[in-house]
Amino acid sequence: MNRALFYRRLPSPLHAARAGVGALWATALVAAALLLYHPLVLLALGLALLGAAAGAGVGGDLRRTLRTALIVALPIVLINVLVTREGLTVFARLGDLGPFGQGDLTVEALVYGAVIALKVTVLILVSTLASLAVDPDELLRLLRRFSFRSALTASLATRMVPLLAADAQRLAEAQRTRPAGTARGGNARGVRGCVAPRGVRGSGSARGVRGRVALFAAVLGGSLDRAMDVAATLELRGFAAASGTRRRTGGMARPWSRHDLAFCASAIAVLALALAGRLTGAAAFDAYPQLHMHVDVGTLVLCVALPLAILLPMCDRRGIEP
Amino acid sequence: MSVLAFADVTYRYPAAQAPALAGVSLEIAPGEMCLLAGLSGHGKSTLLRAACGLAPHFHGGQFAGRVTICGLDTREHGPAALGGVAGVLFQDPETQLVMNSVRAELALALESRGYSPAEVARGVEEVALALGVDHLLERSTHELSGGEKQRVALGAALAGRPKVVLLDEPTSQLDPVAADELIGLLWRLNQEWETTIVLAEHRLERCLAVADRVLALHDGRLAHDGSPGSFLEWSASHAAALQTPGAKLFSLAGLAPPPVGVKQARATLRRHGLLPPEPAPGQAPVPPARLTSGQAPGLTRGQAPAPAPASVRARRWHRPTAPAAALQMRGVWHELRNGPAILRGVNLALAPGESVALMGRNGAGKSTLLRHAAGLLQPTRGRIECTRIALLLQNPGDYFLHEHVRDELSEAALLAAGLAGMAERNPRDLSGGERQRLALAIVTGDGEPPAVVALDEPTRGMDREAKAVLAAELRRRAQEGQAVLVATHDPEFACACAERVVLLADGRVIADGPATELLAGGWYFATETARILGGAGGALAPEQGAALLSSYQRPALKVPAGIYG
Repeated sequence: MNRALFYRRLPSPLHAARAGVGALWATALVAAALLLYHPLVLLALGLALLGAAAGAGVGGDLRRTLRTALIVALPIVLINVLVTREGLTVFARLGDLGPFGQGDLTVEALVYGAVIALKVTVLILVSTLASLAVDPDELLRLLRRFSFRSALTASLATRMVPLLAADAQRLAEAQRTRPAGTARGGNARGVRGCVAPRGVRGSGSARGVRGRVALFAAVLGGSLDRAMDVAATLELRGFAAASGTRRRTGGMARPWSRHDLAFCASAIAVLALALAGRLTGAAAFDAYPQLHMHVDVGTLVLCVALPLAILLPMCDRRGIEP
Repeated sequence: MSVLAFADVTYRYPAAQAPALAGVSLEIAPGEMCLLAGLSGHGKSTLLRAACGLAPHFHGGQFAGRVTICGLDTREHGPAALGGVAGVLFQDPETQLVMNSVRAELALALESRGYSPAEVARGVEEVALALGVDHLLERSTHELSGGEKQRVALGAALAGRPKVVLLDEPTSQLDPVAADELIGLLWRLNQEWETTIVLAEHRLERCLAVADRVLALHDGRLAHDGSPGSFLEWSASHAAALQTPGAKLFSLAGLAPPPVGVKQARATLRRHGLLPPEPAPGQAPVPPARLTSGQAPGLTRGQAPAPAPASVRARRWHRPTAPAAALQMRGVWHELRNGPAILRGVNLALAPGESVALMGRNGAGKSTLLRHAAGLLQPTRGRIECTRIALLLQNPGDYFLHEHVRDELSEAALLAAGLAGMAERNPRDLSGGERQRLALAIVTGDGEPPAVVALDEPTRGMDREAKAVLAAELRRRAQEGQAVLVATHDPEFACACAERVVLLADGRVIADGPATELLAGGWYFATETARILGGAGGALAPEQGAALLSSYQRPALKVPAGIYG
């Protein structure tokens, strides 16, 4: 099971902050990633995120996510350089591509694609960090004031993701222990037979596809059974009664901690810096028609101030134990 | 004034031929701790579901009669309303945890009923303290162990401080330690807060001692209603499958009354002079397994033990010779990246025809060891040699991919498994024992039989009758020359199907020897018979214990052979 997907309470300043503040902080980071285009600033933002993840105790998970993000980022660069017809510096000519016109590949399109890929990578990192360090239950509890059932259903859905992943893993293991050809209709195809001598494994793409379809159907069937049991549990916990009950349960009263205040301040600072960078042009970047990446004092200030604003709240390690 | 009352209740599930409950009438007083006994499919779960309103509100079906709980008629109030007065806990904790964190889980029922934030916070705090889960409050629910999950699910059911708690085999997924802790917790709830407990359970010996009353169901009818003592007397003549091992031991040895627990059994034996007195200060006690039949109780060190009964001797374990091993594990390690070692240098050899029980607490490495044996995992160090192995994992339902039994196996294999008459049925509609048989037939295949048959916790949620059938099947396979390796928490089942026990702890083999020694001398890893007799003579099963007791009284008595035959 991929642990990177799920929230775990860890001793870190970010985990110690209330979920609403954590979400606000993550939103500020997303806004910064969307507002800023300068590659140096985006790079500084990405590195600061990796540092923040290390401070939150999920550095390893975020590094793994970074590898996955690169799989998404590379096609962005490739597609941009292939489809964009802007830019003056041609580095390869593919000739006449018929309805697509001249296939000239430009340095500008390549670099702009790389910047967009960097932006997407930063957004993926922010989302992952938020999903790892912001308590979804607490966050959804905030939404229950407006729609109790919808928020509860969303909570349930987030709870079911790891359960279904575990179900799928269990079923796949069970299918691997079936000997090949135990039933009519080739039901056991696509799975590895453990009754066969060790090392002998079923193979073949067609078998694999059929096996996966059977596995998917079994997981789906199992999830419906589970849904019935969960529905019974929810019923007994008063889910039906909740619709007619006056909601007074937006959240348990909780005083603002130093970490709540610190991350709130950090979010405001990041937003302010991003806006300032956007409005002053300190984080501007023009790719077309020709690359123009100016680096002035404002850019350097952003490259230093943004990581500082992100990382400073991580330095206060008091009162972080769950 | 009863807290729960059934008045001539008959209930039939939708599309079912026979009613699941038939004319059930009973009353349970406040503060009673009631045990529901009965074989699988005889109405225990349905009775609990009717008590909390799930039947018929959630399941549908035909309902006749009247159920009232804390004065609320279940026909007029749905499960959501009844949940305020009755906490419910089912078998599988996974399906009862709906939130991501323990705190949110405990708070959910209170929030759903519109309690104020302060009331919710207080309720969560109190129930966490009462159940000893306060240290788990900030943990994610998917990180908890099985015992912790069941405890949190119980906490969620108790958060609203219900007057009645209904529990459907809550210990079936737990190891013996966690199961005993849960029963202890229920007893404390009952004693300290006068909470009425209605508990359905298969392993009655675990909870009879704390129960006030036992309700036995048969074919949906109330077959017996009385004290634990009277239930044991009734089961001896009317429902042998419900007898506890201790009661069976007494019944076979001609002793009375049948004991509800080890303490009472030992007191009775002591009164009859059939137990050694407690050792005097300074006197070293004899290790229990060394006491054998024919020795007078009170044997002291230095006295030569007499030969064991034939039945016990016949089940002695012989260490297999390595060249002929059906399964050979040499120094097997399983080390997680950035994590702990799950297996630490395990050496294990199984001879053809040998049956071995793998025991140990949850997390000891039993399932991992089986997965390595079957090739599902590769050891990070060490070597495994095995020609052909069939592994049956914990949930037999995971093996079923089709809507008909006939699609899962060939006709010949179905016939061999005794399931030929069920070819047209949906595998998921089979009983627990039948599903287990079908899954076992699937993994063993219909070709050449495997050299090793391995099973991971095969008795979870099974009644005694189904366990006996499975044990017989495993003994048959062993007699045919297949090695049998069973990971189990159930010492009674281990005793019934294995001649050798391997005890795992923290990924290491900490004990490996004959069942007669390893299951005789412990607290948790011991059968009830062994605990009653203090491990004397290595007697594990009631039949062996009865023979031993008879030999104390009449040394010339011949022990019947073929106890397991």
